Amino acid sequence: MGEAAARATGLDVTVIHHADQEQTSATDTASAAATMADRGVSLILFVGGDGTARDVLSATSDRVPLLGVPAGVKMHSAVFGTTPANAGHLAALFLARHPSARLRDAEVMDLDEDAIRAGRVSAHLHGHARSPYERRLVQNAKAGSVPGETESLDAVARQVAAQMRPDHLYILGPGTTTRRVADALGIPSTLLGVDAVLNGESIGLDLDEQALLRAMEGRETEIIVGVLGGQGSLFGRGNQQISAEVIRRVGRHRIQVISTVQKLIALSTGALQVDTGDPEMDAMLAGHLPVLTGPGRTTLVRVQA
Amino acid sequence: MSVELKQYQAPVWNEPVILDMGYPGRRGVLFAAVEPEIRQHVGDASDLIPFAMRRQDRPALPELSEPEVLYHYLRLSQQTLGMMGISLFGTCTMKYNPQINEAMAWRPEITELHPLQHEDTMQGALEIVHNMDLMLRELSGMDQFVFQAGGGSEAAFTNCAVTRAYHASKGELEQRDEVIVTIQTHPCNPATAAAAGFKVITLMLDESGYPSLDALKAVVSNRTAAIMVNNPDDMGVYNPDMKEWVRIVHEAGGLAFYDAANFNGTMSKLRAREIGFDACMFMLHKTFGAPKSGVGGPATGAYGVSSELAPFLPSPLVVRDGDRYRLDADRPQSVGKIREFLGNVQVVLKAYAWTRSMGAEGIAQASDISVLSNNYMEKGLLAIRGVTRSHPEATTPRMEMTRYSFQQMKEETGVDIHDVQNRMSDFGIDPLWASHEPWLLPEPFTPEAGEMYGKEALDRWIAVIARISDEAYSDPELVKTSPHNQAVHRLKPGMIDDPSSRSMTWRAFKRKMAATG
Repeated sequence: MGEAAARATGLDVTVIHHADQEQTSATDTASAAATMADRGVSLILFVGGDGTARDVLSATSDRVPLLGVPAGVKMHSAVFGTTPANAGHLAALFLARHPSARLRDAEVMDLDEDAIRAGRVSAHLHGHARSPYERRLVQNAKAGSVPGETESLDAVARQVAAQMRPDHLYILGPGTTTRRVADALGIPSTLLGVDAVLNGESIGLDLDEQALLRAMEGRETEIIVGVLGGQGSLFGRGNQQISAEVIRRVGRHRIQVISTVQKLIALSTGALQVDTGDPEMDAMLAGHLPVLTGPGRTTLVRVQA
Repeated sequence: MSVELKQYQAPVWNEPVILDMGYPGRRGVLFAAVEPEIRQHVGDASDLIPFAMRRQDRPALPELSEPEVLYHYLRLSQQTLGMMGISLFGTCTMKYNPQINEAMAWRPEITELHPLQHEDTMQGALEIVHNMDLMLRELSGMDQFVFQAGGGSEAAFTNCAVTRAYHASKGELEQRDEVIVTIQTHPCNPATAAAAGFKVITLMLDESGYPSLDALKAVVSNRTAAIMVNNPDDMGVYNPDMKEWVRIVHEAGGLAFYDAANFNGTMSKLRAREIGFDACMFMLHKTFGAPKSGVGGPATGAYGVSSELAPFLPSPLVVRDGDRYRLDADRPQSVGKIREFLGNVQVVLKAYAWTRSMGAEGIAQASDISVLSNNYMEKGLLAIRGVTRSHPEATTPRMEMTRYSFQQMKEETGVDIHDVQNRMSDFGIDPLWASHEPWLLPEPFTPEAGEMYGKEALDRWIAVIARISDEAYSDPELVKTSPHNQAVHRLKPGMIDDPSSRSMTWRAFKRKMAATG
């Protein structure tokens, strides 16, 4: 599991895991990652795809920051460097405790293997890992400063919470962004599930599609979601509970999306992705959609199916 | 192109902070004792200060002689590049500021002008302000300019105040609470719109380098108060749909503001009003040859509007009545004051002198040269390994600026834009300016050639970048540990981002040093 490769580059290595078989499996990944976490490493740098990210996170329970060296295409998890070289650069900065290397919560997405075998790509939100990213440091007077991501998101969340209308049902999608709205209201929430809020109170946690549809009955409903994963997913990757039927009943104009400007700029296709499993719904969602990026600040972003 | 780079070594003085210098009791000037008759008449000097405002203790100032102070600051100035290298700071539109214009601004007719003196006694100054107004009207097609704003951001804020007053006069202010900008509009526009109480909607760029008409149409509504845009933006891309943009916004009842900060490439080629804009601003401290003063002023954001918006302009306005100039403050719909009195009149004077000496033909030529120089540089820079540009597929030529990226170099060598900046100073030229936030392109840089520098200077700038690229690919550590020929080594990164390690005052510095040991 990398011993030969690491030695070949001249690194001084400690071998912590011997694979039983020639072909290593998820069990080997998990076992090695758990040992690394137990030994208190500063960072686990792994090569792989979404499945590896999931296995490493499961084994380490987020005790150690993770960073993925992308070894495949179209990763859905947000723990990967944009290129192998960038991942290396980021890892070096982080390990050298460079002030521009910071940690943030990044989504780890779990691919649905059955769906892939059936010819569909489907991913669920498995959890969040702390993952390093490179923030820019102040360089000169004219460049100004970038508002911190945390501060921007908290400010939007407070505004969204304050502007909630009485007797409207609010569906809060999964993720750390929408959790800030629940935190602003001071109510419980689930990180991976879909929650419902009415008149400032939580009326349901981790709801499935049917539970959402029942809660919506007879109520004006709005959806609040963040942007999930490395591909910029809006619907269909990690928040399938907010189904095409739920979105149809709510209406496109009652969807509030929250994101940082930095995340929108980093979208590889320049667009947010939807894949609700219903082509008609995807077509309805396509086009320009306003995204809340700060208090009183909206950025218009393209949505594509 | 083969350019031999000059040898350069900055003086190293290891000069201490002035608060760490001096000896107790040393003085620059010794004042004579107050003569008895004066003392008898005026009393004790300290009695002139109200009791509550008197210091209890002597100020902890450094005690130095006059020559020591002069040597100190001379050495500090020698340790900077002093803007005497090649300063191609994008969006700053660096120009030479003729000494004769400086000399005129130091004449007593300007320096001794009192803001409260009667207009009859400052007819000459008012004439200059009025004539500058007329020239800017010619360049923009607008009907009235005001020079109160002390910079571009203040002019942008003036626009937001005028926008508010205009919609309020129609009873629509409550309904029209949105201002539309693009992600490449200079940050002062969304910032001042937000400060004026508007919600800000930002449009992203598409492949062509500017937002699509569809994106604009998706957000324009009866809530639209105004659009605020640059054209070209800082990537040097000119949005050819601008007439249609303005038409769409007008149809919805909104106003259109042209931030002409990037005016150099289009000056005398197009007029904001002819595109349909209701208002625009020019930076006299960049495009019009007055000193930029290193982002600290004094500056002037000249703000101009159509006759429809003129009643809302700040007061007073300089107007001409026959042979006489006067200050018109009797303007009931005015937004009031944005800044005191007439603004920075000395900057207006310098810009006036620059514009008169350039003339219409000179301005047209300067504009052509700035676009030509940029496109010349683009050929040279894009031939350098590791350098790419924004929107590589866009076919329209860039105007007076191009946005480049060192991302490829960073991925291939680990050398990033800050390393390049530091290394540039080793060759005695000013480190490049990266770009305004947000960085749409990673590791961005945006040189603006302008019309001032000759071909040799541009060749030298390109040669320095080429040399640094060679070093990055052959000996990256040389670049990463730069500067090597400078007055100081590279500062530890992140120091000024961390409140515990930066200090705005000596007192704060001492306190923080004591706290961290």
